[in-house]
Amino acid sequence: MYRGRDDRLFAGVGSGLARHLGIDPVVARLALLALSIGGIGIAVYLTLALVVPVEPEARDEAAAAGDQAADGRTRARRKGRDLSQLLAYVALAAGLGVLFLLFGGVFDPLLWFLVFGALGGTILWQQANVAQRDEWVTAPVFRGRKGWVRTGAGVLLVIIGVIGFLAFQQQLHEARAGLTFAIALLSGIALIAAPWIIGLVRERDKERRERIRNQERAELAAHIHDSVLHTLTLIQRRAEDPREVQRLARVQERALRSWLYQRPADAETTVSPALERVAAEVEEAHGVPIEVVCVGDCPIDDGIRATLQAAREAMVNASKYAGVDAVSVFGEVEPDEVLVFVRDRGAGFDLDAVPADRMGVRGSIIGRMERHGGGARIRTAPGEGTEVQLTMPRGPETR
Amino acid sequence: MDDHRLFRSGVRGEIGDAVEVVGEAGDVDSAVHVISEQQPDLVLLDVHLPGGGGVEVLRRVLARRPEIRFLALSVSDAAEDVIGVVRGGARGYVTKTISGKELANAIVRVADGDAVFSPRLAGFVLDAFAATDAPPVDPELDRLTQREREVLRLIARGYAYKEVAKELFISVKTVETHVSSVLRKLQLSNRHELSRWATARKLV
Repeated sequence: MYRGRDDRLFAGVGSGLARHLGIDPVVARLALLALSIGGIGIAVYLTLALVVPVEPEARDEAAAAGDQAADGRTRARRKGRDLSQLLAYVALAAGLGVLFLLFGGVFDPLLWFLVFGALGGTILWQQANVAQRDEWVTAPVFRGRKGWVRTGAGVLLVIIGVIGFLAFQQQLHEARAGLTFAIALLSGIALIAAPWIIGLVRERDKERRERIRNQERAELAAHIHDSVLHTLTLIQRRAEDPREVQRLARVQERALRSWLYQRPADAETTVSPALERVAAEVEEAHGVPIEVVCVGDCPIDDGIRATLQAAREAMVNASKYAGVDAVSVFGEVEPDEVLVFVRDRGAGFDLDAVPADRMGVRGSIIGRMERHGGGARIRTAPGEGTEVQLTMPRGPETR
Repeated sequence: MDDHRLFRSGVRGEIGDAVEVVGEAGDVDSAVHVISEQQPDLVLLDVHLPGGGGVEVLRRVLARRPEIRFLALSVSDAAEDVIGVVRGGARGYVTKTISGKELANAIVRVADGDAVFSPRLAGFVLDAFAATDAPPVDPELDRLTQREREVLRLIARGYAYKEVAKELFISVKTVETHVSSVLRKLQLSNRHELSRWATARKLV
């Protein structure tokens, strides 16, 4: 038998019991409630809550351990108890209790203090429950407000329970001597144990920091190994081919740069990183270094996507036909338009001499820009290099 | 001044024919020492130098010898580093991937008192002076003129000074004047956006 995880109201005992006995959870809950009037139900409930393990999660535990932090958050939301139902049951219990009191039931205050104590104990023990041990690791008892509140409430309830129990048993004055002794003893132990406990906590914090640092170092080492070391090996092997060596070095430099200076999150959602990515891809494919400078930034819409594609085409053309060893790309995001310039100092060509059926310049660059409401100008002449100027008005999505 | 000996000897080999190299250093203290001893016309300064960075060298040398010129050289593309050394007094910034010939050109130009803007630096400066709604504290220093902006944009597009001049129908000398004036504004402007922008960039 397991306690319910997803369909629980308080600790999942009702739903677990119902599933175990094959009855409707409402019936099980009402039965528990009815038993509670005499106090037995509460004891049964608390015992089951403590003893019976929570239903294991359906998902694979290994995967769960991997992304515990992220998982913890989503799980907390998913398994949230149904508060409105819980309130209904509490109201029902309160109503029954009031009726019980009004119609001459035996109201034994002693019982209620027992209940208080048991409830507090449950809360405290809940912290050490097996099912929550992972939460212990990620969020210890005294970390976070919730932990403090829970612990505080538990301690308070236990104290109320114990003192109340003693008071109503008319034994408080007798117990006073014992209590004083106990408190003195406890303080003494606390005094002795405190430095040790503090040391333990510090040690654990240190260990945790060390672990995080080690993880970071391992990640860095892995990255260096996968990228830089790999490239250096390739370069040694290709030493006789300077063009290939240069290409490898450029690709690696770019990768390392973007890893060091850029946030990965916005890699493809705004103009500047997208333009650099396009340039990197063209550079990788054609082996001509492309220097990208970008001023300003804004989100990408369809028009800007077309501009990026046209810019890619221009970069490819420059890399393939200009016969140069460098291409300059300048992107500028103005308040109402986006400009991209792709420039080389290479061979250039006679624009009018390009046959009408050549798709490259007319279709992929000029046509594409005009279809999206922008424009493209090409300045070139044989021997004077080429500059492709792309302009695209910014749509409402990009502001 | 660079903390990588391999890189220093590489640069020495590349530019040794064009200029006379009188000294080199690998950290801030020895850089300041070598500079005050050799009194060079120009210092080629790495942005990331052990002991406080290029900015520290600029601060300590320029306080006593304001006539020494600095050209910053860095592998870093981080905007705040670049803007930092230029505001600190460097008269230009080039990346370490620059070819030996271009570097020698840049050195001669800076030694002659001009400013050297690479396309990337031009991009950073345009970004830093990008129009904001906040009113400028000192309009003279906090805004680029239309012409200066045009010049910077052409440089960012990969135009050499000569090509910029041809494009705008002005003389190369005028282009140099505009660039120097941009440099002056960059160094003197206290516009808070400049520093705020740099801080924002630090997060990148």
